[in-house]
Amino acid sequence: MSEGHDHSHLSDTELRVRSLESLLVDKGIVDPAALDALVQTYGEKIGPQNGARVVARAWSEPGFREWLLQDASAAIAEMGYHGRQGEHMTVVENTPQVHNLVVCTLCSCYPWPVLGLPPTWYKSAPYRSRAVIDPRGVLREFGTELPDNVAVRVWDSTAELRYLVLPEQPPGCQGMSQQELAALVTRNSMIGVEKVAVPKSGGRL
Amino acid sequence: MNGAHDLGGMHGFGPIDPEVDEPVFHHEWERRILALTLASGAMGKWNIDMSRHARENQPPAQYLANSYYQTWLVGLEKLLLEAGLISAEELVSGSAAGALPENLAKKVLKADMVPAVLSRGDQFHMDDDVAAKFAVGGRVRVLNDHPTHHTRAPRYVRGHCGVVERDHGVFVFADANAQGNKIPQHVYNVYFTAQELWGPEADAKDGVCVDLWDGHLETA
Repeated sequence: MSEGHDHSHLSDTELRVRSLESLLVDKGIVDPAALDALVQTYGEKIGPQNGARVVARAWSEPGFREWLLQDASAAIAEMGYHGRQGEHMTVVENTPQVHNLVVCTLCSCYPWPVLGLPPTWYKSAPYRSRAVIDPRGVLREFGTELPDNVAVRVWDSTAELRYLVLPEQPPGCQGMSQQELAALVTRNSMIGVEKVAVPKSGGRL
Repeated sequence: MNGAHDLGGMHGFGPIDPEVDEPVFHHEWERRILALTLASGAMGKWNIDMSRHARENQPPAQYLANSYYQTWLVGLEKLLLEAGLISAEELVSGSAAGALPENLAKKVLKADMVPAVLSRGDQFHMDDDVAAKFAVGGRVRVLNDHPTHHTRAPRYVRGHCGVVERDHGVFVFADANAQGNKIPQHVYNVYFTAQELWGPEADAKDGVCVDLWDGHLETA
């Protein structure tokens, strides 16, 4: 994006944000270096690769999986992921009988330390309105067809608990390292709108 | 408040239409308003429930027309004004008319504090020894309340019955926290069948789990 000094192309919103930033820096309410550190943290450092490592470890280590399902905050913190918007974690496990789906109908609550900032669709009116009343329709839009015998459980993040879906491990993962397994795990599978796809290379990446 | 933010169960918004390979931010100003919001929070003038209320307390048409980060901008301007951290004149001019008081200047978030502050997070759990009003396995009904202030009980569960599946322990009650009152209450995960919420046409196997506080519930 061009960041020149010609402001004529800037939207009203952009001008308003720039003006507010100038004011807050001028008044000493915010430190410009801290703003840059915040942007860098959420723009580059924290993302769904963290959650994918948690899932891969749960698939590989039965003891860790048990811990994760019993006390997700502690198990995830042990891997170094904790803090803002992940203070109280709950992990919900997909099984052949139950498929879990996470939403925040009231705002945009999302487990930042393990998934980063939420995608636009997660924060949008279509997803927030429909996930609770039409979860199967939502899943179909993401290409996820569930067998008739599978129950859908929707988790509406209305308090300070943050939910991460532990997706089912697909077949064909024998002999894979945790790193290889983590590469299979998508953000959408940890929100619950998709399943983890069977590895294309038949077990080895 | 029965605002446009309380979207669960509404119709007419169309397909979800996820963007392929979506960037974390679409515009530079989105990064800036996220960072400004997080950094300004260090002043300690508001809590997360107050900031949620500042965002959702907009005319419904405006809330729905705004992009997500436009609503963050609306919310931050409101919080700064209400807290007296800036004046309306300063907001218009974009420059400071006076300096920050010394007690607040000491609270400013510095770059070297960012990793520790983010990894520490916020404190929502409360140590108060409060008895749970409801037991796991018990049947509860969400109160048919329609407060004009902030609430975390969505409209689509009010008046409906569910079963307490988990007791998450004692947390600050969000509805009161938004008004500056720290009240310790148990938070429960309550399971509602889809048919209880949406009628007999819903799939009998499906359900919705909602986290609710003591103050939202009664025995059913």
